[in-house]
Amino acid sequence: MNIKFNDETFRDDYTFHNSDWAIQRFPFPFHEDHYMYAVNMEQHRGGPEGSVYEKRFDVDEHYVAEMRDRAMVLADDPLRCQSLPHMELAGWDLLELIMVSKSEDYPDLFELHRNGDHWRWVNKPLGIDDSFTFMDETTLPYGPMEYITRQTQGDFALLDQREENLWMDAGIVTTQADWSLDFDIGMNFFEWHAPVPLAHEKGIFVRALKFLLNVQQGAPGRRLNWTMTVNPLLDTSPENYHKWGIQKSSLTPDNVGQKQYLRVELQTFFRLPRSNGLVFPIRCYLISLEDIVTIPKWGRRLHRVIRDLPVELATYKGFIDNRPMILDYLSKFDDGSETSPGVWPDPQLEKG
Amino acid sequence: MSKFQFPEAIRSRPVYATLVPRKSKHHLMVANAEGGEALLDLVKADAGLMADAHVIYIPGKTGEAYIEQLQKLQPAQVYVGPTYDAALPRLRLALKNAHMGLQLYLAGTEGLIGQVESEAMAAGIPVTAIQKEHRGSLARRMQCVHCKGITEDVLTDPFVCSHCGLNLFVRDHYSRRLAAFQGVCIDAEDPGNVPPAKELYT
Repeated sequence: MNIKFNDETFRDDYTFHNSDWAIQRFPFPFHEDHYMYAVNMEQHRGGPEGSVYEKRFDVDEHYVAEMRDRAMVLADDPLRCQSLPHMELAGWDLLELIMVSKSEDYPDLFELHRNGDHWRWVNKPLGIDDSFTFMDETTLPYGPMEYITRQTQGDFALLDQREENLWMDAGIVTTQADWSLDFDIGMNFFEWHAPVPLAHEKGIFVRALKFLLNVQQGAPGRRLNWTMTVNPLLDTSPENYHKWGIQKSSLTPDNVGQKQYLRVELQTFFRLPRSNGLVFPIRCYLISLEDIVTIPKWGRRLHRVIRDLPVELATYKGFIDNRPMILDYLSKFDDGSETSPGVWPDPQLEKG
Repeated sequence: MSKFQFPEAIRSRPVYATLVPRKSKHHLMVANAEGGEALLDLVKADAGLMADAHVIYIPGKTGEAYIEQLQKLQPAQVYVGPTYDAALPRLRLALKNAHMGLQLYLAGTEGLIGQVESEAMAAGIPVTAIQKEHRGSLARRMQCVHCKGITEDVLTDPFVCSHCGLNLFVRDHYSRRLAAFQGVCIDAEDPGNVPPAKELYT
C-alpha cells in the first residue's frame, strides 16, 4: 500500500479534503433508511480489502495532518490527555498493542524491533526513530499512552474494569464529538453516558456494558457512531465550544454542501493483557455533504435518515437548527428510488 | 422544612437519601447549614452514635441555629468552623487516619456533600460507607467547562462564570471527582442572546 499523506488543516482555513479513495472507503454508518440507537457491536476482525475495517488501527491520507492538529490541541490544553495513577500499566498495554498492530499491518510505514525489554520503534510518516525500555517510563518523552497516541489517529479512552463496571480512568481526547475528558475522567460507564437521550430507556447501555465486560483478548469489537459538524473541525470540544459554536451559524443554502460534514466515529474495543483494562479508540472520519452525494445511494439514504431522525437526537447531536437547510440540500439528491440493504455503495446500480 | 424532592434526572446526577444509623466503632459526620438538622434527626434514631462520632459542622448562613443542640449531644469530637476551606485540613486528616469500617454521614448543600465525597473517595473510603442527605439551599457547585474555574453557590440558570465571565447554562451532568456540575456557554451560537436568569427548580 502506498498512502499519499495530505498536507491539510482542520482549523482556520480548513484545507482538509478527501480524495476519491477516501470517499469510496468512507465508513457510511447507515445500513437502512432510518436510524435509532441499537447495540450495534460486531467483532473487529478485519473487513473488505481497503476498507477502514481491514486493519486493527486504520491509517489513511489524513494521518500526518491529524497528528499535527493533535499536537496543537495538546499544546493549548494539556488537560486533554490525563491518566489516573493506577492506569500506567494499561498505558503500556496500549503502547504494545498499537506498535505490534501497526508494524504488522503497515510494515512499510512502521517498524518495531524487540530485544527483551529493549525496543526500537520506527514511525516513517512522522520521522520518529526511538529506542526505549519497555515498562520504563523514564526512557520515553511522554507517558506510554500519550507517547503512542500522539502517533495514532483517533481519541483513546482507557477503561479500568472493576465492580462489574467500566471506569474511564485515562484518555487522550482531541477529536471528540463535544464531550470533555477532563470532566468525565473517573466516571463509570453509566455516568459518562448520562447525557445521551433515549438510549438509557431502551436498555442500550446495560446491554452494551455486558458485551464490553466480556470482550476477550485477541477478540476486539467495533461499532459506528455519528453526528454532524460544520467545517472539518476535528476538535469540537466543549472546552472550545464558545469559540467554534458560532461556526454553526455560518451555514447558508449556498455553502451547506461544502461546509456541512457528516462525522462518523469508528469505535473499537480491545482487551488489554496485563491490566485487564479495555481500550476504546474512537476514530473520527469526516466527509462533506457534497462528497457524500457523489455516492447516489448514500445521498438518498442520508436525506431520509436526517429527515426522520427524532427531535431529541437532532438536538443532542447539535444540528436541530440547521436541519431544514441540510434537508433542502439533500432532498435534491433523493429521487425517491429504493436503496439496497447495507452500508456499501451500489456501483453497478448507480450508473446513469 | 429543609428537605427538597429533586425531580428525576440523568444518571450522573447525584441522588440523596435520609441518613440512617449504621453499626460501627467510628462515625464521621460532616454537615453545613441546615445539614445540622439532618444530624439531629439521625441521632434521634440512635442516641448512642455520638459517643463514637467526630462531627465537623460549618453553620454558614444558619448561624447559631443548630450549634448548641449539636454540642449538647456530646460527640466524641466536635468542630464548628467558618468555611469548608477552613475545615478541609482537619477533614483530610480524619479521612487519612480513618479505620476500617468508618461510616461517613454527609448532610447539607450539594456543594458540601460533593466535595467531602470526593475527598473521601480520594482517601480510599468505599462508596458503600458514605451516606448523603441533602438539606437546605438548592445551590450548585459549577465547573466552567471552558476556563475550568469553579463557581460556588449557583442558584440561577444561566449564570455568569465567576472566573472568565462567560454566560453558562446549568447542566445536570455531574463529576464526582470534581464535585461539580458542568456549565456550558449558552450564547456560543448566537453571541449576546442570553435568556433571563431563572432560579433553579422554579
